[in-house]
Amino acid sequence: MNKQTKQQQLRYLFARAGFGATPAELTEASRSTLRKVVRQLVNNGTSVVGLRVVEPEENRTKRQLKGMFRPGQLDKEMLREQIRNNAQKVRDLNLQWLDQMASGQDALREKMALFWHGHFACRTMGRNPLFMQQYANTLRQHALGNFRDLLMAVSKEPAMLQFLNNQQNRKNAPNENFAREVMELFTLGRGKYSEYDIKEAARAFTGWQFTPEGQFVFRAQVHDEGEKKIFGKTGAFNGEDVIAMLLENPQTARFVTAKIYRSFVNETEDEKRVDQLADQFYKSGYDIAGLMETIFTADWFYEAKNIGAHIKSPVELLVGLRHTLGVQFDQPQPQIFVQRTLGQLLFYPPNVAGWPGGKNWIDSSSLLFRMQLPNYVLKAAEVTVQPKEDGDVNTQLLARKGGATFHTKVNWDDFEKAFVKTTDAGLPDALAALLLPFPLRPDQRVLVEKQTKPGQSRSEQVRTLTAVLMSLPEYQLT
Amino acid sequence: MNRRNFLKQSAFTTAGTMLIPHFLKAYEAQMMGQGLAASNGKILVVVQLSGGNDGLNTVVPYRNDIYYRERPTIAIRPEKVLTLNDEIGLHPAMTPLKALYDEGLVTVVNNVGYPNPDRSHFRSMDIWQTASDSDAYLRTGWVGRYLDAACAGKAQQPFRTIEVDDTLSLAMKGNNLNGLAMLDPKKLYNQTRGNLVTNLSKEHPTNEPETVSYLYKTLAATVSSAEYVFNKAKVPGTNATYPNAELGNRLKTVSQLIQVGVDTSVYYVSISGFDTHINQPGQQERLLGQYAEAVGAFMTDLKAAGRQNDVMLMTFSEFGRRVKQNASNGTDHGTANNVFLIGGGLPAKRVLNEAPNLSKLTDGDLTYSVDFRQIYATLLHDYLGVDDVAILGRKFNGVKIV
Repeated sequence: MNKQTKQQQLRYLFARAGFGATPAELTEASRSTLRKVVRQLVNNGTSVVGLRVVEPEENRTKRQLKGMFRPGQLDKEMLREQIRNNAQKVRDLNLQWLDQMASGQDALREKMALFWHGHFACRTMGRNPLFMQQYANTLRQHALGNFRDLLMAVSKEPAMLQFLNNQQNRKNAPNENFAREVMELFTLGRGKYSEYDIKEAARAFTGWQFTPEGQFVFRAQVHDEGEKKIFGKTGAFNGEDVIAMLLENPQTARFVTAKIYRSFVNETEDEKRVDQLADQFYKSGYDIAGLMETIFTADWFYEAKNIGAHIKSPVELLVGLRHTLGVQFDQPQPQIFVQRTLGQLLFYPPNVAGWPGGKNWIDSSSLLFRMQLPNYVLKAAEVTVQPKEDGDVNTQLLARKGGATFHTKVNWDDFEKAFVKTTDAGLPDALAALLLPFPLRPDQRVLVEKQTKPGQSRSEQVRTLTAVLMSLPEYQLT
Repeated sequence: MNRRNFLKQSAFTTAGTMLIPHFLKAYEAQMMGQGLAASNGKILVVVQLSGGNDGLNTVVPYRNDIYYRERPTIAIRPEKVLTLNDEIGLHPAMTPLKALYDEGLVTVVNNVGYPNPDRSHFRSMDIWQTASDSDAYLRTGWVGRYLDAACAGKAQQPFRTIEVDDTLSLAMKGNNLNGLAMLDPKKLYNQTRGNLVTNLSKEHPTNEPETVSYLYKTLAATVSSAEYVFNKAKVPGTNATYPNAELGNRLKTVSQLIQVGVDTSVYYVSISGFDTHINQPGQQERLLGQYAEAVGAFMTDLKAAGRQNDVMLMTFSEFGRRVKQNASNGTDHGTANNVFLIGGGLPAKRVLNEAPNLSKLTDGDLTYSVDFRQIYATLLHDYLGVDDVAILGRKFNGVKIV
């Protein structure tokens, strides 16, 4: 394939480092150098506005609610109502984060935070919106910062400690879940430690607990102060010591860098390149922004074999569509419906290993649904598909049907403005250059053009063609 | 083979198969009827009860004092139980299942579970669907890997395993190939008949990243599979009457596809609502009634067609529930549970193994004695006649069902 034009490179950069671009963003970016655009993406937004669906002092955990129920402070109906409220707030948090991603503000940070949500996967059970809110904001806060800080902060998040049962990890009664996942999934990767290391590290993490108000606490009375032998070293280690040892091991940099490479560059790992990047990441003291800047400014990042090699996750697909066209949903439920149907619901990763990603997103039914999505969102086409119930009474709120049609507002005016100077004949290619990773193939162009009707106004043409291009398999790729 | 090697090998297989040339040609040749991939003609229908069905109130230990002591308000009274033997019997809502049992079509396996059980719905369901250990995370399901094996080196036919639903479960996803989700043949066919989808499915771009050909390949296989099943299913298959509830409708679809000769060896169906923390009795009675009526109609239908011996229906749930009831007339999440095997030409009328031992609990839950993967291994090896070790990643001793 020929070398990419700058326009193509920019489109690809925004698709990978964010959730795609609007025509206006591309025009703006084309006025500076690629390097400067990357710099801006990486350094954008030093202050992060937290997602907020619940005030810390008004949050009540399920256990607290039940505690109020027993002495009669709450009646049965109110108890149920409150528990339902909690689940609803987790849903609101999901939607608030989607809005933030779709806004295009600080796009790389949100994209990285989404990546870290899959890496430090934590499933809410829909019970505690405050814990999830803190967890999400911690991911966003440190998304482009230092991996050391991120690892330590997220390991101390009540949501994580709860999800991985560290509240039950006590002196003389260890629970290894937390220690195992920290090594296997967060830092070293499977097989890079021994079962003995996990046993001993679990002892070091005893006492890492949290309060119902969402504060991390170290409870000395349940901490095992004895000597442990971890990675061949002996000492009276605590949790912080274990995290420090994990960060000292270059394998952590290798493991995390490889995962970033697979998500942001190509699912097929280029071992030599990942080695180099990991080496840089390690030597920089785990500077995430630096690593991402290196990737996005490298010539190899723009090689043809990488372009179109990434299959959008359901959230990337939905958010990207919203961002490019300025779509607003009138009701919240359809966006939950789309996430559930396609298998990526924020705050409900399948397990601590996160979403498998890549080709795992695609099967016969998900592909057909993805190709229909533009018609649902842009043309209010009737939705006949229904996602599975997972059987859990706690997620019933999320299972409620999205309604037979989606009601949305689309900012067509701004979008159409970008094409006023384009000829009718040039319109399909101009739109494809914005929306797709590759130019249209000749047979494809014929098929796409056939979807417009003679005598359509310019505005109708843009809308028809956009929906068609977004329905192509290639739109699933970045 | 340990877990890691298994994963490695699976990953390797993926890379290898993608290189098979002329995929589409081979596929289309099959579609023209030039020889279908071999199968032994046996059909497995998996019915998943989502939410954690309370096994102790499904197969009731009606002579056990501990059972009645721990469940003062929700236990099934002995006189109501449909007795299977002098220890256990079925929930009274399951008369049609009892009738099948009396005809010799039902095998009950007690105490099925796995080591280090997980009490989260999602996780435990993943474990059952992927057949993984409880500390491993697999990206493929056991039926999906069966499909991989069934299609290895042959045409890639997603329709050889069908989930009767709008979306596809993890159980149905393989390394190379995914099963087909289809609520009914006409609905899927219509979804693939839009002029864009149909035309795109004929395109086979090759000069771009592999992701592109993967998407187009999936699309082509979906469109052809939908067309194949739709055309086959057009002729009359079953005329039997089914209860007009979700499971009944879905099993009717399965029966229709079986009777018109669609070349599918595994069907997957699920029914939800078994998470009975609150007011269990009414809810469970309704669901078990629906289940038993649908399965009764299904087996009666197959018997009339003379197919009851080559169709086996297996029913499971991701976990059972606690022995002790909770304060809301319900039960909380537990562990081991029973599994039903129905039809398939199994020896008549059996409760395969010992009833749950309520005096020997693990953390207040039943102790498993049969690993569910032993059942999978048996179904794969002895019933479907395929290599269970390749699909499950290691050897599980079969259960003696045949």
